[in-house]
Amino acid sequence: MSEHKTMTLTLNVWRQKGPNAPGKFETYTAKGITEHHSFLEMIDVVNEDLIKAGKDPIVFDHDCREGICGMCSQVINGVPHGGQERTTVCQLHMRKFKDGDTIYIEPWRAAAFPILKDLIVDRSAYDTITQAGGYTSCHTGGVPDGNALLVPKGVADYAMDAAECIGCGACAAGCPNSSAMLFTSAKVAQLAVLPQGQAEAKKRVTSMVDAMQECGFGNCSNHYECQAVCPKGINVKFIAKLNREYLKAQF
Amino acid sequence: MSLFTSTVGRKIIMAITGQLMVLFVIVHLLGNSSIFIGPNGINAYAEHLHSLGPLVWVFRLIMLVLVSLHGWFGIQLTLENKAAATTTYAVNRKLKASFAGENMIWTGLIVLAFIVYHLLHFTARVTPDIVAGTDAAGRYDVYTMVVSSFQHGAIALIYIVAMIALLLHLFHGIQSFFQTMGWNSERSQCRITTGGRVVAAILGLGYIAIPVSILIGILNK
Ligand code: HEM
Ligand code: SF4
Ligand code: FES
Repeated sequence: MSEHKTMTLTLNVWRQKGPNAPGKFETYTAKGITEHHSFLEMIDVVNEDLIKAGKDPIVFDHDCREGICGMCSQVINGVPHGGQERTTVCQLHMRKFKDGDTIYIEPWRAAAFPILKDLIVDRSAYDTITQAGGYTSCHTGGVPDGNALLVPKGVADYAMDAAECIGCGACAAGCPNSSAMLFTSAKVAQLAVLPQGQAEAKKRVTSMVDAMQECGFGNCSNHYECQAVCPKGINVKFIAKLNREYLKAQF
Repeated sequence: MSLFTSTVGRKIIMAITGQLMVLFVIVHLLGNSSIFIGPNGINAYAEHLHSLGPLVWVFRLIMLVLVSLHGWFGIQLTLENKAAATTTYAVNRKLKASFAGENMIWTGLIVLAFIVYHLLHFTARVTPDIVAGTDAAGRYDVYTMVVSSFQHGAIALIYIVAMIALLLHLFHGIQSFFQTMGWNSERSQCRITTGGRVVAAILGLGYIAIPVSILIGILNK
């Protein structure tokens, strides 16, 4: 494909001045977009035009732009992160779209993630859940020997798969019930299989589950929409693990 | 929070009560299939059940507790879920969530309404279509009662619609039970889902086979 071929797209973007303002869709035209632009760069182009025209640019969250920080949070055409498997918005490229496309861009929508402005939501509810038990308590001091605590390779891999979660919030945003189970379960499962985490396993799972509920997230109905939209492919097997841990904690 | 108030605890109770009801639904279908043997099959089966005396009432009480707990928490959780997802997307595309899964509350409520009707119909026998009598062996003639009722198209239709609702409920529900109990893994997830759907289809179609067989005259008086 030619380097110079550009696309023109119609964007319907959610604009909202503040947490309590009503908010509505505004239509913009994105011109001069190439297949090499990332989705966020495409919005940067539109924002430059808006700024030049003296208008308010579209406000959106982003940081690393390389798929690891979990800041970018946009629902594109009805799917958090746009629906490309294991891809964050910042890693989604415009080659996935074609000239003339109409794109709807919305913020995460969940009662527990209030909208701050335009596409930015407050995701501190996930921090609240983590603070409720997503850690291990240990004495600091000398660095322990690397091989003092042996962790079998399979266990380490399992924990690592769970630890891939970047806390982006897409799981709750995609869930029909706005449930935070995938995020919470990833943390619970990661620590439950490691020797450092086992001492507090029971307390952790009950505290984190309670925190999740208190933050106003819904209940898990096992729709598995979360796994489908998760940019890190976090597996719903971790939710089953959380449920097992929760049952164990009852005894 | 306790098992009866927490988000995961209440799901576990729903899963256990739901699955016990699935066991009931399996046994009930096996019993009902005796209608295909004819009057001697189902009339003898019914008489045998009624001879259990007080056990029948113990059993009914257990079923009442199961339905009540499951139904109560089902409504409660669904209302909470609606409150947690207040605003909907202008464009809402689901990659994985299924029709059966998203409509559990509706298929559940249809089944609940059906249970009430079904008890009034064939247990209390207070609906006008009931043909009560005894067979040649002096037993209550369940066979004639059922066949006469289902020869009314509207009544057969109520049963068929309710069993389609049950089929959909279990299409999502059986695999959901295993996930809620944590009795699965990445490896078994796919097989459990398929297996659950097959069981749901066998149960739903199995029940539907009775009114359909009567409507098309395979079973008659
Ligand atoms: C009495 C009326 C009923 C209502 C209102 C009802 C409602 C519900 C709802 C809303 C759910 C989904 C809960 C969630 O995931 O958030 C559910 C799950 C389920 N239902 Fe029902 N239901 C009813 C009757 C039944 C019956 C008769 C059966 C079995 C024959 C059954 C079996 C199940 C199973 C196995 C689940 C899955 C539990 C889980 O997610 O772990 N339900 N029900
Ligand atoms: S589980 Fe996936 S979708 Fe949910 S916060 Fe973690 S990375 Fe994002
Ligand atoms: S901006 Fe960091 S993951 Fe997208």
